[in-house]
Amino acid sequence: MSHVATVYVPSDAAALSVGAEEVARRVAQEATARGLAVSVVRNGSRGALWLEPLVEVAVDRTRVGYGPVDPEDVTSLFDAGFLNGGEHPSRLGEVELHPWFAAQQRLTFARVGIVDPTSLADYEAHGGLVALRRALTMTPEEIVDEVTLSGLRGRGGAGFPAGIKWQTVLSTDSATKYVCCNADEGDSGTFADRMLMEGDPLTLIEGMVIAGLAVGASEGLIYIRSEYPHAVRSMRAAVALATESGVLGSDVLGSGRAFEVVVRVGAGSYVCGEETAMLESLEGKRGVVRSKPPLPALAGLFGRPTVVNNVLTLASVPWIVSHGASAYQALGTGRSRGTQVYQLAGNVARGGIVELAMGVTLSELVEGFGGATRSGRPMKCAQVGGPLGSYVPASAFNVRLDYESLLETGGMLGHGGVVLFDDRVDMARQARFAMAFCAEESCGKCTPCRIGSVRGVEVIDRIVAGERRDEQVALLRDLCDVMTNGSLCAMGGLTPLPVLSALEHFPADFGLDTAEGDGRGIGA
Amino acid sequence: MGAPWPEFVSEDARRILSADGGVENSVLRALQSIQETFGHVCDEAIELVTVVCNVSRAEVYGVFTFYTDLRATTPAPYLVRVCVAEACQAAGSAALVEALRSEMDLDVHARSRRGDVEVVPVYCLGNCALGPAALVNDQLVGRTTLSRIRGLMEESA
Repeated sequence: MSHVATVYVPSDAAALSVGAEEVARRVAQEATARGLAVSVVRNGSRGALWLEPLVEVAVDRTRVGYGPVDPEDVTSLFDAGFLNGGEHPSRLGEVELHPWFAAQQRLTFARVGIVDPTSLADYEAHGGLVALRRALTMTPEEIVDEVTLSGLRGRGGAGFPAGIKWQTVLSTDSATKYVCCNADEGDSGTFADRMLMEGDPLTLIEGMVIAGLAVGASEGLIYIRSEYPHAVRSMRAAVALATESGVLGSDVLGSGRAFEVVVRVGAGSYVCGEETAMLESLEGKRGVVRSKPPLPALAGLFGRPTVVNNVLTLASVPWIVSHGASAYQALGTGRSRGTQVYQLAGNVARGGIVELAMGVTLSELVEGFGGATRSGRPMKCAQVGGPLGSYVPASAFNVRLDYESLLETGGMLGHGGVVLFDDRVDMARQARFAMAFCAEESCGKCTPCRIGSVRGVEVIDRIVAGERRDEQVALLRDLCDVMTNGSLCAMGGLTPLPVLSALEHFPADFGLDTAEGDGRGIGA
Repeated sequence: MGAPWPEFVSEDARRILSADGGVENSVLRALQSIQETFGHVCDEAIELVTVVCNVSRAEVYGVFTFYTDLRATTPAPYLVRVCVAEACQAAGSAALVEALRSEMDLDVHARSRRGDVEVVPVYCLGNCALGPAALVNDQLVGRTTLSRIRGLMEESA
């Protein structure tokens, strides 16, 4: 038989965590035993994590999916003729047509789960390097303008316009400049950076090279947290591949321009996701937050002008440069342009990556895509924007998830993570955790964060224990006010968001009489 | 690298610190490379980094104690890192940690009394849609149960 069937089994860490490696092994084993020619491609994950391990077979230029596939199912898949798209209880049909995918707008994640992350040829076959080739014909100003016009804002959490940051670095004179990619994705409920680095690492590299061309930097660093060993391996392999094939190096695609990328690994510190703490860590020091000014764009890594962008920000750049700023700008709402890679997590039935134009409602996301709770119990709330984001009660799930709408409700979009909770969650405990987490991870430089978080845990304990409750609630509000307005960075500054939103919406969990309310609003 | 190697620096240590461009005088990377090789960072290693990076002992110690990953003792043969952050809390990580504690006979330092397992709480492993998540040595586990952790330990035994 001359026809070689192609079977895709993800090597994404999340897929591996539920048995993808064993599935891949058995597919190869079974094929050999049956004398069938099968090529097993290890793609990234498409992001429908509840379907993992999601096995796909190339059939007539489409891909037919089966999932979730248990290693025990592999024999029956072969018996069912899955290599030709045969019927099987786990058969999902053509993956692209599956409603969960068909309803999305995949730009940044266009290639994730589709391409082989270790193949440059596959990358180019799916539109890779088009942007870089175009950027090489543009002046730095033209590239920066393109990014500015697209309306792209920092996807790490702060939402600062990327083009303006790049313009600052471009306008600052220095023989040495850096592009630092922040891949210290420490927010619970977020995993898009990891999945992109594992599933389509060349996109990130391409985005970094374009950033380098735009601002006049020839060195790039990627700071990946140590909790992501798979992403570290995948990124290092991609850097080696890009260097061997001339995408990186002293002569980028024969242009005479230089750009190199190195991968650095963190050491288990959440605060190192804060940009200046990350720069300190990259310099080999304690990850202590720097005072601003100076901005990293003026004096960043080793005191040089530095672009610091999140993985998703840099990985969105190739799409913008290849499709044009206006195509990206056409999506979204208000001042939140383009798409957001939302991440559905926690107690959710259909968790994973949902990339959509900015402005989808929380309800469409957690109920429409997420299918409500995995436990089948009623939804109580969702935490939006990571550990420093606010808890939104189920009654307010009509909020739109864009920068401005969330700000109006006293929350923030952060890195786009949404963690769903069912009715068994104790919100006083969640508020206490937010303070305890801040105490654990504070870099210690500023007092409101270092001491305030410890006091916060104590005060919440007293409220729950019923000790002079009213006084303690007033004290907690006062403490949160000091932390919000007096902290050096978002760690101490935003920890009050989960604490006060929990208190605001779920006073009963704190032992407070609901009727008394405490409806003074966040920051009151 | 600058200064010549002092007497007490073993051949092994010289090799590690000379690799990869002499770790570019980064205290953190020097400590990380030592830990990668030896499983922990001993007092002598701190002394060594002081010399290699030409900084004070206090500075090296400061970096060493700042980062959770860096440790003064070698981990148990099975290092189980369990995520206890929000997304895994929502998926039942507290019960998992409790089960691990009682089943594996852990002492207050979360190391089993037989010394073969060490359970460490971590904040987020990036597997937030398939919680509770855990890392058993370097293997990521999703929808983690006690029996799956046991299974992995038996497999690699």
